[in-house]
Amino acid sequence: MNGEPAIRTRGLTRRFGRVTAVDRVDLEIPRQAIYGFLGPNGSGKSTTIRMLCGLLTPSAGEATVLGLEVPRDAEKLRRKLGYMTQRFSLYEDLTVRENLAFLAEIYSLRATAARARIEVLLDEFHLRELCEQRAGTLSGGQRQRLALAGATLHEPELLFLDEPTSAVDPQSRRDFWETLYDLVERGTTILVSTHFMDEAERCHGLAILDRGRVVASGAPDRLMREIAAAVVEIETEAPRAARLALERVAGVHGVAQVGARLRALVDPALADPAGKLAEALRDAHVDARAALTRASLEDVFVAATRHHAAEANRP
Amino acid sequence: MTRWRDSLLRIAAVARKELRHLRRDRLTGGMVAGVPLMMTLLFGYAINQDVRHLRAGVADLSGTQTSRWLVADAQATQVIDVVVAAHSVRELEQLLTAGEISVGIAIPADFESRRARAGRPSAQLLVDGGDPVVLAAVRGLVSLPIWKRVASRHIAASPPAFELRAYYNPERRSPVHIVPALCGVILTLTLVLFTAVAIVRERERGNLELLITTPVQTPELMVGKIAPYVAIGYAQMTLILVLGRVLFDVPIAGSVWTLYVGAGAFVAAALTLGLLISTVAQTQFQAFQMAFVSFLPQILLSGFMFPFDGMPAPARWLSEVLPLTHFLRIVRGIALRGATLADVSGEIRALLIFFSISFALALLRFRKRLD
Repeated sequence: MNGEPAIRTRGLTRRFGRVTAVDRVDLEIPRQAIYGFLGPNGSGKSTTIRMLCGLLTPSAGEATVLGLEVPRDAEKLRRKLGYMTQRFSLYEDLTVRENLAFLAEIYSLRATAARARIEVLLDEFHLRELCEQRAGTLSGGQRQRLALAGATLHEPELLFLDEPTSAVDPQSRRDFWETLYDLVERGTTILVSTHFMDEAERCHGLAILDRGRVVASGAPDRLMREIAAAVVEIETEAPRAARLALERVAGVHGVAQVGARLRALVDPALADPAGKLAEALRDAHVDARAALTRASLEDVFVAATRHHAAEANRP
Repeated sequence: MTRWRDSLLRIAAVARKELRHLRRDRLTGGMVAGVPLMMTLLFGYAINQDVRHLRAGVADLSGTQTSRWLVADAQATQVIDVVVAAHSVRELEQLLTAGEISVGIAIPADFESRRARAGRPSAQLLVDGGDPVVLAAVRGLVSLPIWKRVASRHIAASPPAFELRAYYNPERRSPVHIVPALCGVILTLTLVLFTAVAIVRERERGNLELLITTPVQTPELMVGKIAPYVAIGYAQMTLILVLGRVLFDVPIAGSVWTLYVGAGAFVAAALTLGLLISTVAQTQFQAFQMAFVSFLPQILLSGFMFPFDGMPAPARWLSEVLPLTHFLRIVRGIALRGATLADVSGEIRALLIFFSISFALALLRFRKRLD
């Protein structure tokens, strides 16, 4: 294992006509870890992954993947990369086994090695009972297992997963992440894109993308610790009235309801944010209690994208 | 060495996968055998350009030796079958009106004396003129030398200036002309369409996004995709030729193997045309449309529907670019005139040039990228 990062990009940019889908992205993704791209739809997650796979040519900037420059050396990378597309991209009219056998042939696995590898995958991904079933008849979770089995069949060093759990139930999602940790243990580097906070929290490192820009990056717990905002939790019987009152207070970036409580993101420059908010609520005759609390990843996300939006709107 | 081996194995993997798709897709699989079967029967039986065995009635009021010859000669042409003997011209007219017969031969009682007088026809043909094709066929009957000989002594004395002899298809039967050419039309129809859809389908279903991140190379993907259809093309052609032989007695004058060599070049050309369409079209629907747009001029201009020589020069130039034109010359040459490989080598060369250019264009168009 060398210390060189698995992926390094400098000013990576991709424009589609007048739209800039990915805007000057700098990344440094370490090996043998799960790195997450967190962002809403259209934030440039898939486009970045496609550029790193060599599927799209960057409009500007450079990217080095496993020490090779893309897209120039993309062909040399093929055997080292696994790619699980956002949409199921195996053949629906072929059976589970036929799909895996086809990939084994495409990756030039020798016949005996291929058979052995497929047997291992069938067990590892719980596909044995389904192996003669056509891929088109599988459920969301089963398809996802098959797709991951296909993407890891040739034991790639680097695995790209583009929103792998969008169509999957929570139990399957948990199992899926267990498998990912196993893969990392065996030396694989994984880059996964998601718009689920709980999934992002499981990553070793994280980049939050918004409108093509990386607006925050680092380990999830560090991001939560070092959030550029104070988080105040408000308990109240009248959440709607409380919210209206709080949104008028200067320095409050945003108020969101989470169950019976409200969470307010407040400018960190403001002294005693909980006291300020409690005062504002009293003035508005809303019965409520306010207290500082630990930031969640969602708070980090909201704070980071809000900051970026404010910057973008500045003339 | 292993690089070539791996490459061949990848081509085989793509080809095998393609055959699996075809086997799973019952409808498309059925088209492989169904289209040649349907088209051969349709063109062989129904779309018949020569008219034979028209139902005819005869009212022979003279009842002489010559009048019986006349009827026998007319029947010998096979254009008519005498099915009814009528007793009067009126009865013939009634049968004609009722649709019982299409042709009536009326021989008047004074047939012999009319024959003696020169310059006037001595017998009458009553025809259902509603169908111009029938009318044309019966007109041909009137101009038969046999008919004229019997009809008028004067003309009989001076034999016709020209005697028509038809080569290669003396009985002038349509299937002999149509069925070999049908090989070309059906191969164009199915093969261009199949391959036109092949790559677009992978793009539409999202398979391509995965496929292009694997080590499979563009030429391997293309060759692997068209290889199964070469075999399918040969199977279809064999089916058509066998059907033609069994049902319509269509001969193959030349060597079948020469025909298969020529067909190989044509199949390759048709498949790469489909492949080229596949790299241009964005959706399967577009691919279908483009395949049909390429199909129509081939049908109209290749000499399949209309004789090549009757076309204006620009149309002929255009048709020289179409693979079907060359294959029709090959297949008709070999099947009808017994042409040898040397006779058709120019046409084969034209097909190979077409193949090379469109394969190169398809390779250039298809990039292992999404942009």
